[in-house]
Amino acid sequence: MITIAGGGLAGLASAVEIARRGAAVRLFEAGPEIGASSVARFAGGMLAPWCERESAEEAVISLGAMAADWWGGITPVSRRGTLVVAPERDRAELTRFARRTSAFRRVNGSEIDVLEPALAGRFSQGLMFDQEAHLNPRQALQDLEKAAHGLGVDIVLGTKAPAKVDLDCTGIAADLPELRPVRGEMAILSCPDVLITRTIRLLHPRMPLYLVPRGDRVYMIGATMIESSSTRPPTVRSLSDMLNAAFTLHPAFAEAAVLETGAGLRPAFPDNLPRLVERNGSLHLNGLYRHGFLLAPAMATKVANTLIPETYDADHRQSKSA
Amino acid sequence: MQLYGTEISSRLLLGTAQYPSPAILTQAIEASGCEIVTVSLRRETADGSGAGFWDVLRATGKHILPNTAGCHSVAEAVTTAHMAREIFGTRWIKLEIIGHADNLAPDVFALVEAARVLSEDGFQVFPYTTDDLVVGEKLLTAGCEVLMPWGAPIGSGQGLRTPDALRAMRAHFPETLLIVDAGIGRPSDAVQAMELGMDAVLLNTAVAKAGDPVGMARAMSLALDAGRAGRRADPMEPRDMAVPSTPVLGLAELG
Repeated sequence: MITIAGGGLAGLASAVEIARRGAAVRLFEAGPEIGASSVARFAGGMLAPWCERESAEEAVISLGAMAADWWGGITPVSRRGTLVVAPERDRAELTRFARRTSAFRRVNGSEIDVLEPALAGRFSQGLMFDQEAHLNPRQALQDLEKAAHGLGVDIVLGTKAPAKVDLDCTGIAADLPELRPVRGEMAILSCPDVLITRTIRLLHPRMPLYLVPRGDRVYMIGATMIESSSTRPPTVRSLSDMLNAAFTLHPAFAEAAVLETGAGLRPAFPDNLPRLVERNGSLHLNGLYRHGFLLAPAMATKVANTLIPETYDADHRQSKSA
Repeated sequence: MQLYGTEISSRLLLGTAQYPSPAILTQAIEASGCEIVTVSLRRETADGSGAGFWDVLRATGKHILPNTAGCHSVAEAVTTAHMAREIFGTRWIKLEIIGHADNLAPDVFALVEAARVLSEDGFQVFPYTTDDLVVGEKLLTAGCEVLMPWGAPIGSGQGLRTPDALRAMRAHFPETLLIVDAGIGRPSDAVQAMELGMDAVLLNTAVAKAGDPVGMARAMSLALDAGRAGRRADPMEPRDMAVPSTPVLGLAELG
């Protein structure tokens, strides 16, 4: 029996990967329901390794490229790519972004109009990352829980895990050296006047914005990156920056309804990449930072390889002989 | 140079915001050879602990110069300065009071007032100011021993927009430490600042947003050394007439 502490993204994804290899799994979640206390609730749900490479290490691509396929087996994944645009006066940002990334094609104004008619006439150039995708984080957490149940994972809600477990996925609550919180703030908007169908990144020297469609003309916008452990609700400054950026993307967002705002603490290590760490007899998966949905599949696979090496060896031999 | 009685040999002060990761920040700090790093405090950090990121900065062993980035009033800046003193146990404060939303120009009126209030309270103030001589004088009267004129708007990377004004500042305040703060984009800008006789340069975005922040940190450090060495070597004055650098005497006479 493999025991896991924490029913957030890392814990659930690991439970699924381990259970897929035939091991019995018991997962303890301190909260009353899955997702209630997980920072993944506030995630964008972008599966965008090539865009993330702009400010992240190469590993986001090598680890993240398989994420869309992995998630496709769990929850609906929208494979419509990412469109990166910049206001006319900030075109230099687009040049810089293109220099730091790959796997995109340059699109002009009329191509943008075809990709996203709602943005027609608003941007004269952009970058289109066709291979990228997005999902709905809360739906994905629920679907992940279902998948875990389906594989026979025993999920114990409202119960703190015993002191020693096989795998600790308690995020920022874990006591790990070098782990730090990075605060992120987001908002969810309903905008019946605007139909955008794929993730949009609006580059801006001060307040870069991403917008991820949630369906039914509901959009998540985010997100700030603040080196802080504060869990208070978003500040007016952050929200005003984000909402202004949404307005820049399309003026009709002025009439959007703000359905929700939220703030969460992303756990991160100094290189902003996730790690598997042995500590006090437990294996820890932590530090998913702003790449939870992107890197959880690869890291969960690593967890399973570590905790159930025999299966890995068997699989490995099979694939070799095949 | 002596900054409020502390001997500092590196001429680079490095900002710590906007790096791809704390790991790269730490490497950039090392590569830059700087002895002072700046850190901005926001209110969010007050009710949280600011936590891990400050540990990263403390672990570098550098002097920490907290700043009041993002403050728009005297009261806000003073509160932030007190917070910083408590958190980092330093009397140093980089005083930054933003007066204009578009170019982030300092509000020099609020700046002088806040500098006076903080100096009287025992702070050692590093004021982010314009290249205006009158403002500079008032800041010195308010208790500052250092002036930090901008080279260009914060984060713009435009280089030194008004080198003549900086030259005038150098002439007008011969004994005051002058640190160019904001606007440096490339190593050549840093060279120019030092050639103009500035004592040091404070920069952040130019390194943090470079494709290779560690490489750029090293380049900036070299640039500062080059500019300073050049100034001390008393460079020649430009002239209109070409002067051959090969000797004209002793040329072989042909035929």
